[in-house]
Amino acid sequence: MSQHDNEMHSAVVSPQGIWWKPANKQEMLWVKVAFAWCMVLFISMPFWHFKGGQNPTGVRGRTTPAAYNERATRFIEQYKVGEEKGIPVVAPPAGSEVYMIGRMWSWTPILKLKKDAEYMLHLSSLDLNHGFSLFPVNANFQVVPGYDYALKVVPNKSGEFKIICNEFCGIGHHLMVGKVIVED
Amino acid sequence: MNSLVNNLANRFRTCPVTGLKVDKSAENLIKVNAVVAVVCLLIGAIAAIGLVFTRWQAFHILPADWYYRFLTLHGLNMLIFFIIFFEMAVLYFASTVVLSSRQPAPKLGWLAFGLMMVGMVMVNAMVLTGKADVLFTSYVPLKADPLYYLGIILFAVGALIVVSLFFASLVVAKREKTYTGSIPLVTFGGLTAAIIAVITLLHGAAIYIPTFLWSLGLIELDPGIYRLIFWGLGHCSQQINVAAMVSIWYLLAGLTVGGVVLNEKISRAAFVLYIGFISMASAHHLLVDPEFGPGWKIWNTSYAMYLAVLASMVHGFTVPAGIEIGQRLRGHTNGLFDWLRKAPWGDPGFSGMALSIVIFGFMGGITGVTLGTEQINMIAHNTMRIPGHFHVTVVGGTALAFMAVTYYVLPLIFQKRVSFWKLAKIQPYLFGGGIATMAVGMIFQGIFGVPRRHWDITFKNAPFNVEFHPSVEIFQAVMGIGGTIAAIGALAFIAIAVASVFFGKTITADDLKNGASGLPQGVLKLPPQVYSGANVAAVHEAGAKGTMVLVFIFLAAFVLYFFVNWKILSFIWKIG
Repeated sequence: MSQHDNEMHSAVVSPQGIWWKPANKQEMLWVKVAFAWCMVLFISMPFWHFKGGQNPTGVRGRTTPAAYNERATRFIEQYKVGEEKGIPVVAPPAGSEVYMIGRMWSWTPILKLKKDAEYMLHLSSLDLNHGFSLFPVNANFQVVPGYDYALKVVPNKSGEFKIICNEFCGIGHHLMVGKVIVED
Repeated sequence: MNSLVNNLANRFRTCPVTGLKVDKSAENLIKVNAVVAVVCLLIGAIAAIGLVFTRWQAFHILPADWYYRFLTLHGLNMLIFFIIFFEMAVLYFASTVVLSSRQPAPKLGWLAFGLMMVGMVMVNAMVLTGKADVLFTSYVPLKADPLYYLGIILFAVGALIVVSLFFASLVVAKREKTYTGSIPLVTFGGLTAAIIAVITLLHGAAIYIPTFLWSLGLIELDPGIYRLIFWGLGHCSQQINVAAMVSIWYLLAGLTVGGVVLNEKISRAAFVLYIGFISMASAHHLLVDPEFGPGWKIWNTSYAMYLAVLASMVHGFTVPAGIEIGQRLRGHTNGLFDWLRKAPWGDPGFSGMALSIVIFGFMGGITGVTLGTEQINMIAHNTMRIPGHFHVTVVGGTALAFMAVTYYVLPLIFQKRVSFWKLAKIQPYLFGGGIATMAVGMIFQGIFGVPRRHWDITFKNAPFNVEFHPSVEIFQAVMGIGGTIAAIGALAFIAIAVASVFFGKTITADDLKNGASGLPQGVLKLPPQVYSGANVAAVHEAGAKGTMVLVFIFLAAFVLYFFVNWKILSFIWKIG
C-alpha cells in the first residue's frame, strides 16, 4: 500500500511538505529488477576477462612516430618475403612480435600469418588517428599516434583479410586498405 | 522605486491556459533561442540529405571533400548548435515560467545569446570555407583554423552564462516566494541538466582552450589526452540532452494527459544518479584505445556499475506509469492497455513524446549499453553501428522530444496557433519512423563491418578490394529510405515552426473556447494537474499494470540483444 495521501500531481506542480515517501510495490519491484540487471551487465565484463577469449587489454605503451617507424622497419626487413603493389609482404614466425604501421593513407606491411598461431600484433600511427578494422572479422581498434597498442591475436580461420581504416584521416581516408593473409 | 516595481509588474502576463505568470523578458529569450535552434536544425537537415545520398552508394552524390565537410557541418549543427540553443530555451522556461518567476538579468541573457550566435556563425563559416575539415570530434593532430576553436569557445562561454542565469533564477524564485514547497520535478530535471552542463562546459574549456593554443602553434598536445578530455565534453553533453529530454517527457505527460509523478523520491533520486555517475560514460569512447587498461575501462564505462543506466530504466518506467495512472484517473480504466488505446495519438505533443520514449529506450538504450560493453565494443567501434545507435538516442529520443514540446511551446509561449495542423499531427510519426528505420539500416551495415565516417565503401581506387556481404546493399537502401523520410519529417517540423512563429494566427480567447484548429488538446482543455479524492488512492493501489507488462517486454529484449552480442563476439579471432 502506498503511503500517498489522497493526492497526486503532475511534474509541473510543486510538491508540498515532505515528498520523501515510500514507493509503491510495482515501482520498487522494477527498481530492484533493473538494479539486478545492471549488476549482471557489470559483472559480465570482468567475467569475460577470466573466461572469454576476446579482450582489448593488450600491452599498451608510449612511443614516438619515429621510434615506432624504426622498430617496424626493422621487423619488415627481418621477415620480408616479397612485395605486392609496392607494399612489403612479411611472414613472421609464430609467437613473434608483429608491427603494423598506419599512416595517411596506407597500412604497412602485408602480413602472412599461420592459422591457430599466436602473434603479438603492434598497432601505431605515424601521423593522425587511424582505425584498425579487420574485415570480415569485424575486430576494431583505435590507432593513436604516440601510443603502441600490442594485442595478442590468434587467427581462427585461414583466408584473405583486409584492414579498413575506420577513423577519419583526411581526404584519402577511403583509400586506406591493407591486407592480412592467413594460411593453414 | 515605484517605477521599478511597475516595470517589473508590467513584465508579466498570465497564461490563459495554465494560469502561470510569464515574464515577458524571459519569454523573449526563450523565443530567440528556440528560433535560432530551428535555423541550425535546418542547416543540419540539409547536410543530412547530402550525407544520406552519398553513403547510399547507389547515389553517391557528393565528392569526398564535400562529404566530410557536410559531415562536420551536420554533426556540429545538430549535436551542438540545435540542441544547445534549444536547451537554453528549456532552461529559461523551467526556471521562470514553471515557477511563475522573473528572469533576474535579461541583459546578461542577451549577451550570452550574442556570444553563442557569434560562435555559431564563426564555426559554420570556417567549416563551409573548408578551413575546418576535422569532423565533429576534431581529433588532434587533425588541425582546423584557430578561429574554428575560438568560435566553439565563445559559444560555450555563452552557454555557461545561461546556465548561471538558470541557477540565479532558482535563487530569486525561492527568495521571492513565487512558489511554495519544493521545485516541481520538471525544474528539478532542468537543474540536473544545468549541473551536468557545468561539468560538460568545464571539460569543454579544458580541451578547446589548449587546442586553440595548439592550433596557433603555442603548445604541444598529446593525441591520447585529447581523446580523453574531448569525450569529457562530447559525451557529457549527451547527458545534458538525456536530462533535458526526460524532463520534457515528464512535462508533456502532465500537459497532454494529466500524467502524474508516481513518487517524487524515486524520480528525483534517478536524476541525482545522472549527476553522480553519467559523466563517467565518456570512457566508453575509449574502450579499444591504447591509453588505458581494463580496470579503468570497466569501472568508468559501466558508469560505476551502471548506476546511470539504472536511472534511465527508472524513468523509463515512471514516465509511462505516470501516464497510465493519469489516464486511469481520468476514467480509462479498462483492461491492461485501454489507457494507451484512448491516448491522444493525434496530438503531436503526445505522440512525439511517446515515440521518443520507445525509440530512446528500446532502440537507443539497449544498443548503447551493449555497444558500450568493454569487449563487445571490439565488434562495433567506429562501424556504422555507432551512428546507428546515437541516431536513436539523440535524434529519435532527444530531438523528437524537443519537437514534441514545441507543439506546446508555440501556443503557450509564442501564443500562436500551430500552422499546417494536419501535417503537424503526422510529423512525429514521419520523423520518428524515418529515424528508427534509418538506424536499423545503419546498425545492420555495421554488423557486417561497414565503417562510419567513410566516403566510399566500394573502395574503388584503394590498393585492395573489399567486398561486403550482398545484404549490405539492402541495408543501405533501408538507411536511405529511412533517412529520406526522417529528413522530410524534419523539414516538415521546420516549416510548421517557422510558419507558426512568423505567420501564425495569434490565439484569442474564442479560439480556446471554440476549439480552433492548430491547438493541441492539452492546450484546449488542460487535463487536471492535481488529483484528489477517494478515487486517487484506489487507482494508485491498482497500479500501472500495463506499464509493468511493457517494461518486462523491454527487459526481455535487452537481455536477448546483450547475450546475442556476446555470442557473436565469441566467434571472432582470439584477442587479448
